[in-house]
Amino acid sequence: MIFFNFAVRNLRRHWIRSALSIIGIVIGVIAIASLGIMGNSINLLVANLITDVGDTIVITPHTPFGDTFAGDPRTAVDAAIPARQVDEIRRAASPHRVIPVLQGADEVDFGGGESGYAQVIGLDVEDIPVLLELEGGQYPRANQPGALVGTYLADEYDIASGARITIGDEEMRVTGVLAERGFAFDINPDYAIVVPADWYRDHFGAEDEYSMVVVRVGDIAEIDAVKDAVDNQLNRREETVDIVDSRDLLAQYEEIYQQITVFLLGIGGISLIVAAVNILNVMYISVTERIREIGIMRSIGVRRQEVLRLFLYEAAILGIVGSVIGGAFSAVGGYVISVAAVEVFTAGTTFGENFTVFDATAVGFVVFGMLFGIGTSIAAGFYPAWKAAQQLPIEAMRHD
Amino acid sequence: MSDEPVIRFDDVSKVYSLPGGDVVALDHVTLTVEPGEFVAVMGPSGSGKSTLLNLMGCLDVPTSGRIFINGEEISRMSDDVLTRLRRNHIGFIFQQFNLIPLLSALENVEFPVVLTERRGESRERAIRVLRSMDLEEELFSHKPSELSGGQQQRVAIARALVNEPELLLCDEPTGNLDTKTGTAIMDLLRLENGEGKTIVMVTHDPKVAEYAHRHIRIVDGRLV
Repeated sequence: MIFFNFAVRNLRRHWIRSALSIIGIVIGVIAIASLGIMGNSINLLVANLITDVGDTIVITPHTPFGDTFAGDPRTAVDAAIPARQVDEIRRAASPHRVIPVLQGADEVDFGGGESGYAQVIGLDVEDIPVLLELEGGQYPRANQPGALVGTYLADEYDIASGARITIGDEEMRVTGVLAERGFAFDINPDYAIVVPADWYRDHFGAEDEYSMVVVRVGDIAEIDAVKDAVDNQLNRREETVDIVDSRDLLAQYEEIYQQITVFLLGIGGISLIVAAVNILNVMYISVTERIREIGIMRSIGVRRQEVLRLFLYEAAILGIVGSVIGGAFSAVGGYVISVAAVEVFTAGTTFGENFTVFDATAVGFVVFGMLFGIGTSIAAGFYPAWKAAQQLPIEAMRHD
Repeated sequence: MSDEPVIRFDDVSKVYSLPGGDVVALDHVTLTVEPGEFVAVMGPSGSGKSTLLNLMGCLDVPTSGRIFINGEEISRMSDDVLTRLRRNHIGFIFQQFNLIPLLSALENVEFPVVLTERRGESRERAIRVLRSMDLEEELFSHKPSELSGGQQQRVAIARALVNEPELLLCDEPTGNLDTKTGTAIMDLLRLENGEGKTIVMVTHDPKVAEYAHRHIRIVDGRLV
C-alpha cells in the first residue's frame, strides 16, 4: 500500500504533467467510445431504415460486376430481363408470386407550375397491393388506370389522391398516396410514381424489358429452393440473371457498416495510442529523473518487483482516472453525436422516431474504450517501470 | 554466528570495464571485520574506498574473490535475497543523506520497516528511533527539503537503525556538515557502536577517523 501511496504522491508532485497525461487518455477514450457508439447508432439506424422483406427474392439482369446489390448504380446499365425470361421465372418459382417490375423516369408536371423528373415504376395492377401499402386513396384497377405517388413526393408537391399530374405529355389521375416504405431492397417508391404496367408499356413503348423481377416466397425456408430453381432455369448455359434475397443484402449492408464501425474505432484507437505514447513519455521522464531515488530505495531494501509495482501504479492511476473521466464524457458525447447523426440522416422522415441511441452495444463501447485506455496506459508504463527496476543501486545513486 | 566475522573479504577484486580500458578498483583485498568493531576506511579519492563499502553493503558484486556477510557468501545470492539482506542486516548512511524527498522525516524512518513483515508496529518504532536522535518532534512531519543538513543526517541515521541491523555502513557521514554538527553526528555513531553495532565508515577526515578503533588505509585498490 505504501507504494500506491508513493505513486499518488509522485503524480501530485508533478500534477501538471499528470493532468496532461490524463487529458490525453480522456480524449483517447472519448474518441474510441463515442465513435464506436456513433458507428453502432448508424448500424441501428440503417437496420431501422431497411424495410424488412425477409421473404423476398430479387432477380436482376446479370452484370459483369457480379454480386452487387440492387441499389448499386452500376446495375443501371442498359440491361433488362425480357418477358420470355419472366415466363421462365414464373415456371421455376411456381407457385410463388412473381412480380415483374418496370422502371423508368420521365418529366412529371405536378400541377401548379411545378415539374421535374421523377422515377416511374410500372407494376401489374394485381401485384401492387401485394408489394405496396397505401397511406390514403385507392389502388388503381385494371379498368380504371391511375397513379400512386410516393409519400415524400406527395409531401413535397402537396399531392393528394384525386389530384391530376402529367407524366410526359399524358395526364393522369392520382388514385392514392403510398405509405412510407423506406430503403427496401426491391423497389424504393417513396420518391417515385407507381403506374399500372399496361399504361407504362403504352407510355414508354417498352418491349417488356423488365428491370427486375421480385419473387414473394411465403415461407423463408423455401427461399433457397426457389433461388436454385430459378438459377437452374435461367443460368444453365450462361449467367443471365443475378438472384439475391434480402438476407444476402442485409449481410452486405452489415459488412459495410461493420467496416464503418471498425474505421471509426480505428480513428479512436489512433488517438488512444497517441495518449499512450504520452504516458510512455511521462513515465520515462519520471523514471529518468528519479533514478537516484530508485537507487536509494533499492539500497535500503526495496525489491525490484516493488519498484516495478510503484511505477506501474502510477501508470495505472493515470489510465484509470483518465478512462473514468473519458468514459463519463463519452457516454454523454456519444449520445449527443448519435442524436445529431440520426437527425441528419433521417431529416424529413419518420425513421428516427422511437429510435434508441443507447443500447447494450453502446454501453459496451464505453466499457471497451475505458478498458482499452487502462490497458494501454499500463502497457505504456511497463517499459519505464521495468527499466527502473533493472537499475543497479550504486549506479542509480551516482546519477544526478 | 557469534564467532563469525560480520564481514570477510577473501581475495576480492573489482574491475570496472570502461571504454578506455579496464579500471581495477579493488586489487586482491582480504580483510575481516569482527562484531562490535568501529572501522574507518581511509585513503585518497579514487583509491577504491567507495567500491569497498559498496561491496560490503551488497550493492555490488565482486569480479573475483568471495565476500561473506555474517558467514554467508553473497556472490551467488539472487537480487531479491541481497535486497532482503540489505533491508534486515545493513544500515546505510550517506554523505548526501539520501532521504526520499516525497516522504516526511518520520515516513523516511518508517519506510524500511514497512518493507518488512513487521509493518504493524512501524509507526511506533519510527517515532522511538527518531526521538533517540535528538530531533525536535515538530520536525517529524517536515519534508527533507525543509530540514538542515544535520537534521537530515539524524533522520538518515534513524532510518539506517530502524530495522536493527548488525552492521552500519557510513560513506563520509560528516562530509556535508559543519564541524559542530559533524561532531554531534559522530557522537551518535559512537553511542550506537557502544551498544554493539558494527560500524564501517569511509572518510578522509583524520579527526572523524579518530572515533574509530581500527583504521584501514587503501591506496590504488590495495590495503596498506
